[in-house]
This record gives sequence, C-alpha cells and structure tokens, in this order.
Amino acid sequence: MHEYPITRRIIEIAQEFAIKNEADKVKVINLVVGDYSGYVASSIELYFDIIAEGSRCEHARLNIERVKPLLKCSLCEEYFERKPYSFSCPSCTGEGRPTEIGQEFYIRSIEV
Amino acid sequence: MSENKEITIMQSVYAKNDEVAAQINKELTTKNIFAINVMGAPGAGKTTSLIQIIKRLGEVTPYVIEGDIEADFDTKTLQGLGVKAIQINTGGACHLDSPLIGNAVEELKLSDGVLFIENIGNLVCPAEFMIGEHAKMLISTVTEGSDKPYKYPLAFEKADIILLNKCDLLPYIEFDEEFFMKGVRALNKTAPVIKVSGKTEEGFDEVITWIKGKIN
Ligand SMILES: Nc1nc2c(ncn2[C@@H]2O[C@H](COP(=O)(O)OP(=O)(O)OP(=O)(O)O)[C@@H](O)[C@H]2O)c(=O)[nH]1
Ligand SMILES: [Mg+2]
Ligand SMILES: [Zn+2]
Repeated sequence: MHEYPITRRIIEIAQEFAIKNEADKVKVINLVVGDYSGYVASSIELYFDIIAEGSRCEHARLNIERVKPLLKCSLCEEYFERKPYSFSCPSCTGEGRPTEIGQEFYIRSIEV
Repeated sequence: MSENKEITIMQSVYAKNDEVAAQINKELTTKNIFAINVMGAPGAGKTTSLIQIIKRLGEVTPYVIEGDIEADFDTKTLQGLGVKAIQINTGGACHLDSPLIGNAVEELKLSDGVLFIENIGNLVCPAEFMIGEHAKMLISTVTEGSDKPYKYPLAFEKADIILLNKCDLLPYIEFDEEFFMKGVRALNKTAPVIKVSGKTEEGFDEVITWIKGKIN
C-alpha cells in the first residue's frame, strides 16, 4: 500500500543525485531496508518499473539489502535476534532492548 | 560492470517526511498546541477514547484531525460534540504523513490547546511516520490479545502512553496481562500503561492527568 509513495521518494532521491553528478543513467540503486520498517521488497520492485519510466532511473536494478532486527541484552550487552514471543537473551538471563538495527530505510548509493 | 561509478547517498527515505514533521512540530509548539498522534488497530476505540478524553479536558481546548480511509462518521460525531474537527481523506493510504497534516493544520486555525490526530487504523506503518506530534498514544485492546507487543514491537516501542482499552470485556475473554506487560516493558520502559474502558469510562481520569502534566 504505502510502497507507492515511498518508491516515488526513492526514485526522486536517486534522480536528484544523478542530475547533481551529471549522470544520464542510473544503473543500480542500493537500498537498505530493515525488517521492522514494514516495507515489502516485492511491492517496491513492482512499483519501481512503473514510476521510473521516463526518468533517469528507468531500467535501473534495485538492489535491496535486508537487515534483521537485533536486540541488545541489558545485562551482557550481546546483540541477538529475537525468538517469537520472547525478548530473552540467548546467552544469559537478561532481556533484550530494541535497537536501531532493523529499523533502517535508506539509499546507500547509486551506480551510474 | 567495471565502468559503473558509485555515488554515495546515505539518505533516509523518510528524510523529507521527517523534515516537514519537524516544521509542523515547531509551528504547533509556537501556537501553544500539544499534538498527540493516536494510533491503534481498526476498531481499537480511538474515536471512543478521544470522546472520553475530550469530555474531561475542562478548560483545555481540543482539536481533532481525523485520518480515515473513507467515511467521515467519526468526524461528524466529534463535530456533534462541538469539537473543532476536520477529516483528511487519504483515499486508501495506510498511514498519515506530514504533508497531509500540514494542510490540515493550516485549515484548523489552532491556538492554545491539545490537537489529537487520529491516525489510520493500522499497527504497522503509523509508528514509522512522524507527523509533527509531541507524543504518540497507542490504543491496544484486551480483545486483540496479549501477544500484540510481540507482533507489533515498533508501535509499542515508540509510544509515549499506552491505553489498554475494552477492559470491561476482561471477564469474557482470555487476556494474559502479565505476558502483555512483559512484552511492553521489554520494548518500552517509560510509557504509562493505563487500563481503560470506553464503555464503563474507567481509567480516563488518569489519562487526563498525564495529558495535563504534559501541557503545563
Ligand atoms: N465493550 C467495549 N466496546 C468498545 C470500547 N471502546 C470502543 N468500543 C466499541 O468498539 C467499536 C469501535 O470503536 P471506535 O472508537 O470507532 O474505534 P476506532 O479505533 O476509532 O475505529 P476506526 O477509526 O474505524 O479504526 C465501537 O463499536 C465501540 O462502541 C470499550 O471500551 N468496550
Ligand atoms: Mg475512529
Ligand atoms: Zn545477555
């Protein structure tokens, strides 16, 4: 659903940087998407071709790097992936706290 | 391909939204408005809770922006109570974003009070988009089940206050409050969790105390 406006944003940003760097053609967009960001990669890809038509991003390849959310244990400070229905640390009796890892959603770079 | 040139961008896709949100936030603060982004699943009781809260605000002026996918029943209900409320029709979108709010803020002509923004019924994306609010209120319900913090961690992590609504229904359902609170506290150490019922009206005085504590 909200992948449409977000895909348009991605293309706008890539386009802006392509123009700034006098590149006529964006070949690859490297995107970093955390799993908590709630975006469905396949929907972004689906909209991408439609929205990119006629822009410098037409036919560009979307390279999506997914990031698994990590919690940080409040006792031993280890970073870990949580199990369903639990926030417990796998290494000790501590409990994990949310971190920024897994919430990212940014364009790392474009290749032109 | 070796002749590809890589241009580093490192820019958040939310950057523009967040920029507008920061502007709106500043503008609202200048107008002495405390804005609350009200989030929750469809039918959690967002509108019901707003009505209960507004009834108890006393001399504090309420304003409401209703983000609904389609109908404007909720806005009509609020306007019927004499509240300055406007409807944003998002036409199918799943969350509100800042440009939408910016327009509505202009239209409402606000000053001195509390602005409630009822977000679209959804537990996923509204938590990701700042819309100029000073605080996020999450409405969860006993009927949705006690596993919600585990399934929608971001909403619980970002909330500044959590209402556990429909508590009048507790005798009729299985709700593991300990499990619920364990999940909430793993994600969020500070937000108060207030048990309320839009039906019996319990708990809302405590919500008012929290709001008034924020605006004074
Ligand atoms: N039993 C009971 N019913 C409630 C309570 N709060 C709300 N309801 C009912 O739940 C239904 C949905 O309430 P609303 O306030 O419209 O919920 P909402 O979150 O605004 O819904 P949307 O805007 O459609 O997402 C209505 O039929 C309410 O009467 C409560 O505390 N107890
Ligand atoms: Mg409603
Ligand atoms: Zn540990």
